[in-house]
Amino acid sequence: MAAASPVEVEPTSTPEEITVLATPWVTIVWNDPVNLMSYVTYVFQKYFGYDKKKAEKLMMEVHEDGRSVVSSGTREEMERDVQAMHEYGLWATLDKQS
Amino acid sequence: MSGFQRHRRTGLVFANFTGFEADLLRSLAAQLVELLRNEAAVPRDDVDPFEAMMDFTGPTTEPDDPVLQRLFPTAYPDDEEAASEFRRYTEGGLRDGKAAAAVTVIEGLEDAGLPPELTEDGLMIDVELDEPTAETWMRSFTDVRLALATRLDVEDGDEEYWESLPADDPRAQAHEIYDWVGYLQETLVMALSKR
Repeated sequence: MAAASPVEVEPTSTPEEITVLATPWVTIVWNDPVNLMSYVTYVFQKYFGYDKKKAEKLMMEVHEDGRSVVSSGTREEMERDVQAMHEYGLWATLDKQS
Repeated sequence: MSGFQRHRRTGLVFANFTGFEADLLRSLAAQLVELLRNEAAVPRDDVDPFEAMMDFTGPTTEPDDPVLQRLFPTAYPDDEEAASEFRRYTEGGLRDGKAAAAVTVIEGLEDAGLPPELTEDGLMIDVELDEPTAETWMRSFTDVRLALATRLDVEDGDEEYWESLPADDPRAQAHEIYDWVGYLQETLVMALSKR
């Protein structure tokens, strides 16, 4: 069995820095007067794989608050999600999580 | 007509249209294709023409047409550079996808018997779609509705305004078509939600 290295490892980043680096990006879907509530719910279920309850909750947020964060992750992942939302005709943008 | 329904045994999504309705849907889809292909995808006149010709990547600035602006929204509202990059990599593919979806609708109607020129009275067009094709129709109906709504300036809660217009007002007629495609869309979503 190997012994634990006696060398003390200097931490190279503080927890705060780690938090900043890991700040995820988010996909935001905005309300529009055109898309049907049933359709928006369907898209959230189909594309994100959310269950009906979660999809309806997000749809209601879009409808009532004007916008909803529908997914989060890396910038690349969020660009893919935004592109997919545009394919479905939803008005989506991405942003750093605030 | 009763919109789209799902066949319980085969899982196929079906609808019956009059020749007039099918012709109208075809015309809306065809207009969408024309719009998507018409406005140059690279609206930049500040670059060297040769360079522009050699540039096979996508556009970097918002389209001029409000319908296209709605179909291809700016992904980064507060970061112009990132927004341009995103547009360059996505808009071309999104345009092609939306045009292809509209063509799927046109071909579906014609395969179901809609002639190039509608002359016959009493023609009925029965369409039967598998699930992926029905989804394509659903997406394309969304694009058609977004296009009509942008042209009409549809807003939340404006139903009374549209109802107040005289029936012979062309905007009222266009809005009726918008509502009708919305109804079709609703039944299509319901049919697809049934498993």
